[in-house]
Amino acid sequence: MTINPELTISFSPMHRLQWEEAQQKDVILYPEGMVELNQSSAEILKHCDGSRTLDQIVTALEEKFSTSGLKNDISSFLEDALKNGWIEQP
Amino acid sequence: MAGSNNPKTITPPRWLLAELTYKCPLQCPYCSNPLDYTKHSNELSTEDWKRVLSQARKMGAVQLGFSGGEPLTRQDLPELCAHARQLGYYSNLITSGYGLTEEKIIQLKAAGLDHIQVSIQASTQELNDHLAGTESYQTKKEVAHLVKKHGYPMVLCVVIHRENIHQMPEILAMAEELGADYLELANTQYYGWAHENRDLLLPTKEQFEEAEAIAQAYKKKVEGKMKIYYVIPDFYEDRPKACMNGWGTTFLTIAPDGVALPCHSARDLPGLDCPNVTDFSIEQIWNESKAFNFFRGNDWMKEPCHSCDEKEKDMGGCRCQAYMLTGDMYSTDPVCSKSPDRHVVKEALDSARKSALSDDEQPLIFRNSKNSKKYS
Repeated sequence: MTINPELTISFSPMHRLQWEEAQQKDVILYPEGMVELNQSSAEILKHCDGSRTLDQIVTALEEKFSTSGLKNDISSFLEDALKNGWIEQP
Repeated sequence: MAGSNNPKTITPPRWLLAELTYKCPLQCPYCSNPLDYTKHSNELSTEDWKRVLSQARKMGAVQLGFSGGEPLTRQDLPELCAHARQLGYYSNLITSGYGLTEEKIIQLKAAGLDHIQVSIQASTQELNDHLAGTESYQTKKEVAHLVKKHGYPMVLCVVIHRENIHQMPEILAMAEELGADYLELANTQYYGWAHENRDLLLPTKEQFEEAEAIAQAYKKKVEGKMKIYYVIPDFYEDRPKACMNGWGTTFLTIAPDGVALPCHSARDLPGLDCPNVTDFSIEQIWNESKAFNFFRGNDWMKEPCHSCDEKEKDMGGCRCQAYMLTGDMYSTDPVCSKSPDRHVVKEALDSARKSALSDDEQPLIFRNSKNSKKYS
């Protein structure tokens, strides 16, 4: 399973991404389970809104944090996210 | 007193299991409800449950299970789901599917329910209906379809034991065909009614190994499509399970009558005086009650646990299982090969094996009010 660079990426409707006040963390919730996210993972997933492709997500995040060279980290995280079913492509 | 006066880091609850009722149209002989459940027939009111949900959420609970008995027998379920969603819970309905209409599925979705777990007893109608003690196989399959149709993630749960373990290949195929997102293959844990029926339910080692190999192979086949959770049968392990992820660290169960339990069968442990949510707040119960502090940390441990280098890993196993099998709730879970009581597990396995090979097996004791009253 790999990310298709031509297609947009959206967060899976079978999961919920949510800020947890008690944990001061974003978490992914799914049937009887929870994954705690670090800040950068949460940022990436929040950009998976069904309107952007991989490259567009990279550009948006590099702009937001005024940096460059994020592509490798973002795409390897999203590959894992896809395997875990957290994100999907049409 | 074990631990009760020791300052310890107390982590907040993450998981709240709301056992709404002990009423159930099914009679599964492996039910984990207490044998004398008819004695605890008082049920919390809607307002009580709402308060419990609010208080636990405030402390940090985020996963919420609506369970029972059959939670659908509570008429206020949609109201509780709406309250849970408003508080930000991820709510799971753990149901037999019996009595779940399409209308109800839509209503619960609108209220904010996140997920429905449907249990099926076997891959054939005959065996399913026999084990459930109720004609329910067709309904369950229809419900599974409807759950998917209305966009819920669907977990199919099948409790595994000697009566159905031979159906493992068919159970896997059925789950795939029903479009389950997750299949939970829960080897029976021998508490409550399952403990009473253990000789008839505990599979032989050969059966376990064969079934597990089939399930593990299937896991690969359906990777990316259906996740398979395999709940291990602890009697065939040589180390105990880290019960509840550690006593009073993560899980909070509230029984139908409002009794707060650190572990499923903790009500039976002597001298714990499990508190009731009608008398105390969740914060008081979690932080200050005797019951929730009783086995926190590891000061309470006896040998061989106390000096064991694995004690942080399994916390000595399950206190309820230790009590049930050895009569001493402080002892090492006898599942552990280091336990001086390991022989009781071996005896249980031998006894079940003997029963499996004999020609005149006793009938199963079904979980129903008539049988429950005998234990009250």
